[in-house]
Amino acid sequence: MHRIAIVGGGTGGTVLANRLASELQTEIADGNVEVRLITADPNHVYKPTFLYVPFGKKTVDDAKRPIEELVDRRVTLTIDEVTDVDTDQNRLSLADRTTSLRYDQLVLATGANLEPEAVPGLAEGAHHFYGPDGAERLRDELADFTEGHLVLSVVGVPHMCPAAPVEFPLMVDDWLRERGRREDVEISYTYPINRAHGLESVADWATDLFEERDITLETFFNVDEVDPDAEVVETVEGTELEYDLLVAIPPHRGSDLVIDAGLGEDGWVDVDRHTLEATAAEDVYAIGDVADVPTSKAGSVAHYEAGVVADRIASRARGQTPTAIYDGKTVCFLEAGMDEATFIEFTYGEEPYVREPSKPLHWTKLGYNESYWLTARGLL
Amino acid sequence: MTDTDDPDVTIDSKDASCPGPLMDLIGKVKTLDAGTVVELQTTERNSTTDVPEWLEEAGHDLVEIEERDDYWSIYLEVN
Repeated sequence: MHRIAIVGGGTGGTVLANRLASELQTEIADGNVEVRLITADPNHVYKPTFLYVPFGKKTVDDAKRPIEELVDRRVTLTIDEVTDVDTDQNRLSLADRTTSLRYDQLVLATGANLEPEAVPGLAEGAHHFYGPDGAERLRDELADFTEGHLVLSVVGVPHMCPAAPVEFPLMVDDWLRERGRREDVEISYTYPINRAHGLESVADWATDLFEERDITLETFFNVDEVDPDAEVVETVEGTELEYDLLVAIPPHRGSDLVIDAGLGEDGWVDVDRHTLEATAAEDVYAIGDVADVPTSKAGSVAHYEAGVVADRIASRARGQTPTAIYDGKTVCFLEAGMDEATFIEFTYGEEPYVREPSKPLHWTKLGYNESYWLTARGLL
Repeated sequence: MTDTDDPDVTIDSKDASCPGPLMDLIGKVKTLDAGTVVELQTTERNSTTDVPEWLEEAGHDLVEIEERDDYWSIYLEVN
């Protein structure tokens, strides 16, 4: 029996499990291969939904479905937390079991975690839309926010969904205009480096739009501390910014599991950027946000990486030499308001081209969000 | 012996794409005392302009940028 273990039930882990169930259906039916998906959360969560929650366009319940409804019946699903990865013995320890699981090939797809407490005052002083509770609190705050200074601050880089920080001020600008409140609200956007985004073409695009829509851009803005009582953000560079409503992209971190297993010092798994194989251990891959590759932490990356790793694992399970490689393909939609959007597509080392935003692209994005559940099932 | 022969802290950001090296540097500098000499190793050409700009903005001193065979060493002193 060739045992394939996947840890993590987000986009990467779920797509991979379903792809493998399909590619290796004969081997699974013959009892020669097992595909096991281990996830601590019985729900699969589609995080891009949270961007729409503060504007009342989606609810947090729209973002989740029971994972057992999404996973192919040929996948062995284990709802449990992996507490230890032993890459010398090829074994996993689980929280609720006294026995451990042996694997022949392991994929870590454990994602990224929010760490607002890494910056003093941030958890108390700032809102965010990167999780269900944060998105709901921001919805309530925004509903009552009629005047003052709204600051969107990108505190942590890298972070999930690199487009979302740019999208939020453009959406909130439009949303406030629709409600006749825009002239009483000042909007600022801050970014840590000397432009509005890590990707130069996105930075140029956003800078022009911000200027057009009277959104103030602050660059070289690295948050050192937030004073929630005084409602002031202080930076490493020595500047201060007063706010009435602070929306922050919190610092992200990888996983202690990765650090403890010796697979990456900072919680992201060190991998070969093309094969996605861990550099510190045999028979281990990483996909999605937890993999340290030089592109964005985006769902599309997890999706494309899952396809590559499915091919590589299936080849090895059949005793063949794997040939599939990941070229860094990344696709992101970007909302430019409440009813228009654009999208970008790029590979490693490539600068994306940002198309003119349009209503059809906005509706395409919303359509994709609905059809995402087919993606998770491995059908798209 | 000059500062650049024996930096107090070396940050290896080779192979990280922009803005990775600058963010690695900013994250580390926050934890260092004034007078600390840092070597940032980067393979990203943009770092050779982005990093000096940030140092000026944040009030730290650029000491030297040295081009190696396949990467740059950017030396700075924390203020």
